[in-house]
Amino acid sequence: MLQIKDLRVDVDGKEILTGLSLDVKAGEVHAVMGPNGSGKSTLSYVLSGRDGYDVTGGSITYKGDSLVDLDPEDRAAQGIFLAFQYPLEIPGVGSMTFMRTALNAQRKARGENELDAASFMKLIRAKAKELNIDAEMLKRPLNVGFSGGEKKRNEVLQMALLEPTLAILDETDSGLDIDALKLVADGVNALRSPDRAMIVITHYQRLLNYIVPDYVHVLAGGKIVKSGDKSLALELEKSGYDAIVAEAA
Amino acid sequence: MPAVDETISEVKGLGEKYKYGFETQILSEKAPKGLDEDTIRFISAKKGEPDWMLDWRLDAYRRWLEMTEPKWAMVNYPEIDFQDAYYYAAPKSPEDAPQSLDEVDPELLKTYEKLGIPLKEQEMLAGVRNVAVDAVFDSVSVVTTFKEKLAEAGVIFCPISEAVHTHPELVKKYLGSVVPVTDNFYATLNSAVFSDGSFVYIPEGVRCPMELSTYFRINEQNTGQFERTLIIAEKGSYVSYLEGCTAPMRDENQLHAAVVELVALDDAEIKYSTVQNWYPGDAEGKGGIYNFVTKRGDCRGPNSKISWTQVETGSAVTWKYPSCILRGDNSVGEFYSIAITNNYQQADTGTKMVHLGKNTKSRIISKGISAGKAQNTYRGLVSIHPKAKAARNYTQCDSLLIGDKCGAHTVPYIESRDPSALVEHEATTSKLSEEQLFYCRQRGIGEEEAVTLLVNGFCKEVLQHLPMEFAVEAQKLVGISLEGSVG
Repeated sequence: MLQIKDLRVDVDGKEILTGLSLDVKAGEVHAVMGPNGSGKSTLSYVLSGRDGYDVTGGSITYKGDSLVDLDPEDRAAQGIFLAFQYPLEIPGVGSMTFMRTALNAQRKARGENELDAASFMKLIRAKAKELNIDAEMLKRPLNVGFSGGEKKRNEVLQMALLEPTLAILDETDSGLDIDALKLVADGVNALRSPDRAMIVITHYQRLLNYIVPDYVHVLAGGKIVKSGDKSLALELEKSGYDAIVAEAA
Repeated sequence: MPAVDETISEVKGLGEKYKYGFETQILSEKAPKGLDEDTIRFISAKKGEPDWMLDWRLDAYRRWLEMTEPKWAMVNYPEIDFQDAYYYAAPKSPEDAPQSLDEVDPELLKTYEKLGIPLKEQEMLAGVRNVAVDAVFDSVSVVTTFKEKLAEAGVIFCPISEAVHTHPELVKKYLGSVVPVTDNFYATLNSAVFSDGSFVYIPEGVRCPMELSTYFRINEQNTGQFERTLIIAEKGSYVSYLEGCTAPMRDENQLHAAVVELVALDDAEIKYSTVQNWYPGDAEGKGGIYNFVTKRGDCRGPNSKISWTQVETGSAVTWKYPSCILRGDNSVGEFYSIAITNNYQQADTGTKMVHLGKNTKSRIISKGISAGKAQNTYRGLVSIHPKAKAARNYTQCDSLLIGDKCGAHTVPYIESRDPSALVEHEATTSKLSEEQLFYCRQRGIGEEEAVTLLVNGFCKEVLQHLPMEFAVEAQKLVGISLEGSVG
């Protein structure tokens, strides 16, 4: 589904990703772990197409085509979803309005019929119920005054609604207490499917107790220095990044 | 960066993009170019006005000659040559005004269709839509519908030129009673040369059965627009009035100086909503309407209420301060405003709330959005007079900047001469953030649509005060106005 080959990315003229390679197949969950400044967030932004993340070398192939020149909205329509580390507050725009606009924009881009208000309401209520999300939250402006846990659950709800084929979760565990973390992880696990790949970016092994990955990669200095199965995460937790990075170097 | 090139090409493309930029081919009768007493006599004679009306105009003209243009607003424009404009243009044969839409010039009807005003449909749906349109085309009102239904309720809704003949006592009593002839340079000019506009009279205790709506449209080259609107709400009555305008594309700058006067007597309420979309000029700042408007409401009776809601997206220069005189005890004034400026547009707009009566309340919510190289100024006055015991005002001014070459300014004046008054003022300035835009785009929402969504969210508190039909149009306008503002 996704092949990243020797990817080099500059941000503000500084090379952050220095030859990153990663192969993700449908149905797989990959965890990317690494210390601060290793390029984890850069990876999530370059995959989703944010301005200012310039690809200077290598390639990103998604479903057989290059992603590099596509606008963020076109990537979204093709099934790429980024759950933000810090979901943005959008004052004055109701969560429902936002999500309906997003879903219909994607459907339109794919040449599908747009959903009318009534069908959308029915759909979003069902999705919210599956994820145990209070429908009251949907009436409020998007993320405005939401707690950290509510924001992250709202991201998962958007993911459930938009049904991406590649979901990137950028430090979804940050700022969550253990109860909120469980709720969010349950939501994510419910969305695991043979057609859907996930890249879970995190600092800590803790999240991976709940979202159990098929593969774990260690990102350091802008490239993946070690890959393994879920036991690698436990090893990291025990010995720290320094030891692993030093060993790989 | 491809995004930068895209912006440049989008901005370049904007010149052709003005959605309502078309012109209707209709023969017109014009007064000779320039302004002197003969021009005024010509206008007055064209309308077959009584002597008192002509005298009123001439008096205004003589006073105008002594006045100078106000320069305090934060707007720059080339000197206006008042002798280089036409002051009267009427569509062909105004004398035999059409009795029904069938008699209306088909070109005119086509214009309305392009604007999305289904007049014919509205007539057919008369009982359903409940919207009356007194369509003002250039200077003379050529179509007035729904008169019968309004007449049943005793409501008078007609061109002011007609009211001069049919209800002279009301016109004499109220015209110039809220905006005096000598109020300001542009209001005085309007008093001398006003072409036409709406007259509304709601009798005592009557709740106007439908929203009254007027669409304005500048059509004749080099024609100044001098609309004059007068609305009187008798004791215990209610009316909601909608004013919307779009204009065809042209090169020359056009002068527009309208005057609107509202009178609310005891327990009466007037709600006045405007969507203003005059031609803003092209992407280089060439052309566009100069819009110098005087709008004022007088809460003359106790417990009366006047509410202004405006969405200002057009014009090259906007100079406009819809105001309320809170004369009656317990009267309420409201001002809800969205002003959007893009490219080289300049807007200096706000309100004046003058508290004279006891327990008077006013509320001001202003949302200014500036993009391109535009300048957007909120200028407001809250004045509490010594007899206005326990007066209250709440003001909130929010500015949103898109890009880094535009400006937002807030100039609030507060004069409180009574210690029991409570005046609150809040102001914020923010930038449309790249992060918010990216968040929307990541969810699949295209850039233009994302800007529209974010800006509509910013304006929500004002948009929700617009009547339903207008709110939808206004939300679309927000998008159209900001096309090409990001990249």
